[in-house]
Amino acid sequence: MRLVTLAWLAFLFSIPLWMSDLYVLHVLIMTGIFIIAAMSLNLLLGYTGQLSLGHVAFFGIGAYVSSLASLGFEAHLLPGVLVKMEPKPVWLGMLCAVTIAGLCGWVIGRISFKVRGAYFVIVTVSFAEVIRLVALNWVELTQGPMALNNIPALRLGTPELFELSFLRKPANYYLVLVVAVLSYILIRRLVQSRAGRAMIALRENEPLATSVGVDVTKYLVLATMVSAAMAGAAGAIYAHYVRIVDPDVFLFIYTVTMVIMVVTGGKGTLAGPVVGGLIFGLLPEILRAAEIKPEVQWVIYGVLMVLVVYFLPEGIVPAVRNWRRRHHEPATAAAPPASIEPAR
Amino acid sequence: MTAATELTVEGLSIRFGGLTAVESMSFEVKEGEVLSLIGPNGAGKTSAFNAITGYVAAAGGSIVYRGTSLIGLKPNEIATLGVVRTFQKTSVFTGQTVLDNVLIGLHLRSRQRPIAILLGLPSVAREERQLAEEARAILRFVGLDARAGEVASSLPYGELRLLEVAVALAAKPRLLLLDEPVSGMNPAETASFMKLLAQIRGLGITVFLVEHDMKMVMGVSDRIICLNYGRIIASGSPAEIQRNPEVVRAYLGERYARAQG
Amino acid sequence: MRGEGSTEVGGLRRGAQPAYAGPIFTHLRCAGGRENAAPSFDLKRSVEQLLQHCLNALILGGTYALLGIGLTLIFGIMRVVNFTHGELYSFGAYAMYMWVMVSGVNFFVALPLAILLGVLLGAAIEFLLLRRLRGADIDTTMLVMIGAWIALQNIEQLSWSGVAKSIDSPFPASPLVLGPVSVSWNRLFVFVVALALIAATYALINRTKLGKAMRATFQDRETAALMGVQINSIYTATFALGSGLAAAAGALLGPVFVVYPTMGDLASLKAFAIVILGGLGSIPGATIGGFILAFMEELGAGYVSSGYRDAMGFLLIIIILLVKPTGLFAQKERIG
Repeated sequence: MRLVTLAWLAFLFSIPLWMSDLYVLHVLIMTGIFIIAAMSLNLLLGYTGQLSLGHVAFFGIGAYVSSLASLGFEAHLLPGVLVKMEPKPVWLGMLCAVTIAGLCGWVIGRISFKVRGAYFVIVTVSFAEVIRLVALNWVELTQGPMALNNIPALRLGTPELFELSFLRKPANYYLVLVVAVLSYILIRRLVQSRAGRAMIALRENEPLATSVGVDVTKYLVLATMVSAAMAGAAGAIYAHYVRIVDPDVFLFIYTVTMVIMVVTGGKGTLAGPVVGGLIFGLLPEILRAAEIKPEVQWVIYGVLMVLVVYFLPEGIVPAVRNWRRRHHEPATAAAPPASIEPAR
Repeated sequence: MTAATELTVEGLSIRFGGLTAVESMSFEVKEGEVLSLIGPNGAGKTSAFNAITGYVAAAGGSIVYRGTSLIGLKPNEIATLGVVRTFQKTSVFTGQTVLDNVLIGLHLRSRQRPIAILLGLPSVAREERQLAEEARAILRFVGLDARAGEVASSLPYGELRLLEVAVALAAKPRLLLLDEPVSGMNPAETASFMKLLAQIRGLGITVFLVEHDMKMVMGVSDRIICLNYGRIIASGSPAEIQRNPEVVRAYLGERYARAQG
Repeated sequence: MRGEGSTEVGGLRRGAQPAYAGPIFTHLRCAGGRENAAPSFDLKRSVEQLLQHCLNALILGGTYALLGIGLTLIFGIMRVVNFTHGELYSFGAYAMYMWVMVSGVNFFVALPLAILLGVLLGAAIEFLLLRRLRGADIDTTMLVMIGAWIALQNIEQLSWSGVAKSIDSPFPASPLVLGPVSVSWNRLFVFVVALALIAATYALINRTKLGKAMRATFQDRETAALMGVQINSIYTATFALGSGLAAAAGALLGPVFVVYPTMGDLASLKAFAIVILGGLGSIPGATIGGFILAFMEELGAGYVSSGYRDAMGFLLIIIILLVKPTGLFAQKERIG
C-alpha cells in the first residue's frame, strides 16, 4: 500500500520534468487548487455531515486577503477611520489568508452551533452571498468589479542569497502539489483521531454522540475552522497564480463544483475528493477538446450529478471499494478483520 | 448497609406543552445498587431519563448527582460527570464498525488535543493504539470481540443492543442508565444480558434501569420504583413491589383496558 | 480560472451575458423609488421618501411572498430543499417571453399560460426525479435538485442564449401618481395578481379536498397514507403548485425587468431567506417573511447603502437563526 502511494507521488512529482506542454500544467494546477478546496469541503460535508454551500466564501476570502496583504491597501473601515497597510511579502499574505479564512470558519461554526441540516446550508449560503456583496461594493478596498490586478507571485528567500520564485508554471505546480499533499495528510490525521471520530459521531447519531460526552458543537467548530483555513489556502494560491481576483471568485457555481467533486468521488472518504476533483477538473478539458459548448458541459455536469446520486449514492471510491471487496471476498474471508483503521 | 447517595431527584416535573409527563417525582439512587423504574407505557419513565441526562428540560424540581446539580447542563457535560445512558430505540453509529463505535464511546477517556492531532505527534499514535486496546477489552467484556471489524448495521438485533451497552460503558460511567435494554430480545438473550448486568455491577457501576420485562426486573433489581401517570405509586424491594396492590392495579388496569379496547 | 490571467474562472461559462456583469441580479430590485438625497434636512421630503420606500416594499413583498410560499409548501410537505425553485422562476419569465414576444399571444392570455407551463414543468420534475427518491434523506434530494438546477439553467442558456430579453407590457409608461408617491401601472398589476394568487393558494390549502390531503400529509405522512391519501399524487400536486407559484412570480416580474438565464439564482436564495425567516414549512410565515424581507431591503437600500440591498436578507437570516433558529412562525420541529 505504502509503495503504491509512493509510486503515485513520484509520478506526480515527475510530471513537470517530462511534460513540456504548459497548458497541460496549467490545467493540472487549476485542478489541484480545486482538489484542495474539495478536500476541505469534504471535511465538513463528508465527515460532520453538514453541507456547506457557502464554501467558496472561504476560498474567496483567502484570495482577497492574500492579494490585499501583498499589494497593500488603504481603506476606510468606518467613515473617518482609515486603515492603511504597506505591501507585505507574499508568504506572509498567504499566512494571513489562511488565518483569516480560518477565523471566518470559526465564526460561522459558532453562529451555526445550534443549526443543522437545511439551516446550516442556508447560513453558509447567506454568508457567502454577504461576503460577495462586500467584495463587490467596498470598491475602496477591493476595487469592486474592476478586480485586483498585478497581484505579485510568491517568492521565497531573498534575491541576494537564494530565491525561489513562483512565476512559472512548474514551480506553481509543485506548490499546489505540496499543499495538496499536506492538506491530505492533515485531514487524514484529523479524521483518524478522536476529533474525527467525534465529527463522524455527529454525522451518524448526534444524540448518542452527546450521550457519551462528545461536545458536538466544539468539533463542528473545529471542522469548520480547519476546512475554512484550507479553502483559504487554496484561494491564496489561486490569487498569486492567476494574479487577478474579482468578486466572481465568490460565484455560487464554484461551491456547487466542489460539492459535485466531493459527492461524485465519495463524501466521507479520504480519496473521494481527489478522484472527484480529477474527474471534474479534467472533464471540462476533454469536453472542450471535443468542441462541446460550455453550456452543454454544464448540462452534462447537472445530469451526471443526478445520475451519481441515483446510481452511486455513496460516490465512486466506496463503490469501487465494495466491488473489490465482493470480488476478493473468498480470498480474504479466512483472514481475521485485522484492520483497526476506521473503515468508512 | 447504608450506601452513599449517588443521585437525588426531588420534586421533578416534566411538561410537554400542556401535558404533564412527570409530576413532582422524588427518589434517590444509592451507590452500587441496581434500581429499576417500572410502570405502564406512557407513565413517564423515559421522560425522567431524558431529564436526568439533559435531553429535555425539567419544568421544576432538582436533580443532583454527587453534589452537582444537573439542571441546565448539556447531555455531554452530564456524561463528563459519569452519568451515561442508552436509548430506548436501538441507537448506534450505524455506518461504523463495531470497534469504531466503541472508539467513539471512548471519547472522554482520550486526551488528544486538536493541535497535537494536526501535528501528528507520536503521543497521538500511542494513545490511538491504547484506545484500540481498551475498545477491544470492552468488546470482550460484552462478548462482541469477534465482531470488531464488522459494520454495525450488519449485526443482528440482540448484538446491536449489546453494542449500545459497550458504547455506553466506554464512556466510563459511574451511573449507567439503561432504557429498556432487553426489549425485543429473546429469552436466551435476556438471560445472558442479566449475567452481563451482574458483571457491570461487579465493576462498581450503579445501574438505573427502565424495563418492561418483569422477569428481568425482579431478577436483577435491589429496589424498584413504580410510576403511573407521571407519579411514583410505589417503591421498595422486588418482593414488596410484587405484593403492592397499587402496582397490581396499575398493571392489571392497563391490561384490562387493553382487553376492552 | 482557465484562461490564465483572465477573470474566467474554473472553466465555467462566462459569456457576454449581463448576468454576471456588475452588481449581479439587479432585476429583483425595485425600480420605482425616487432617490435623490436631500442636501439639507427637509421633513416633508423625508416623509415622502419614507412613504415611497414603504410603497415599493409593499409591492415587492407580494412577489417575494409568492416565491416563499411555493418553496415552503414544497419543503413543508415533501421535506425537499428545492434548488430548482429559481429555475422555475426564470422559466416562468421565459415562457412569458415566448408567448408574448415570439408567438405574439395577448399579454393577459400569456400570463396564465406561462403559469400553467410552470405547473407542468414542476410536475414533470417531481415525477421524473423525486418520485424514485421517496424516503431518501434530505441531503440526497438536495443534491439531485442542485443537479437539476444546473442542467435546467444551462438548457435555458442554450435555448435562449445568455443575452437579456425584454418583454413588452401593455401598461402605460407613465406611473400612477398618488399624492406624494408614485407606482408604475405594471408593478401595481404585479402586486394585485400576486395577492390574488396568494389568496387562491390559501383557499386551495384550507378549503379544498386536495388542500386537506396536503395538510394531512404535512402533519404525518404515514398516518395520511393509512387514511387513504395518495401520497404520490399529493407530492406531485404540491411540487407542481409550488413550481407554478414560482413561475407566476417570474412571469409577473419578467415584463418589469429583463429576462436572462441566471435570473433565478438570487430568486432562489431570497426564497430560502424568506422561508427561513418565516419558519420552514409555514405558509403564513412565508407570506409575512416575504413582506419583511422586502421592507428590510427597501429601507436598507434607501437609508444604508443600495449596494448592500441584497445582503439585507442574508444578514437577517443569520440574525434570525442566532435568536430563534426555528424562524418566526414555525410550528413544527426543526429539520436536519
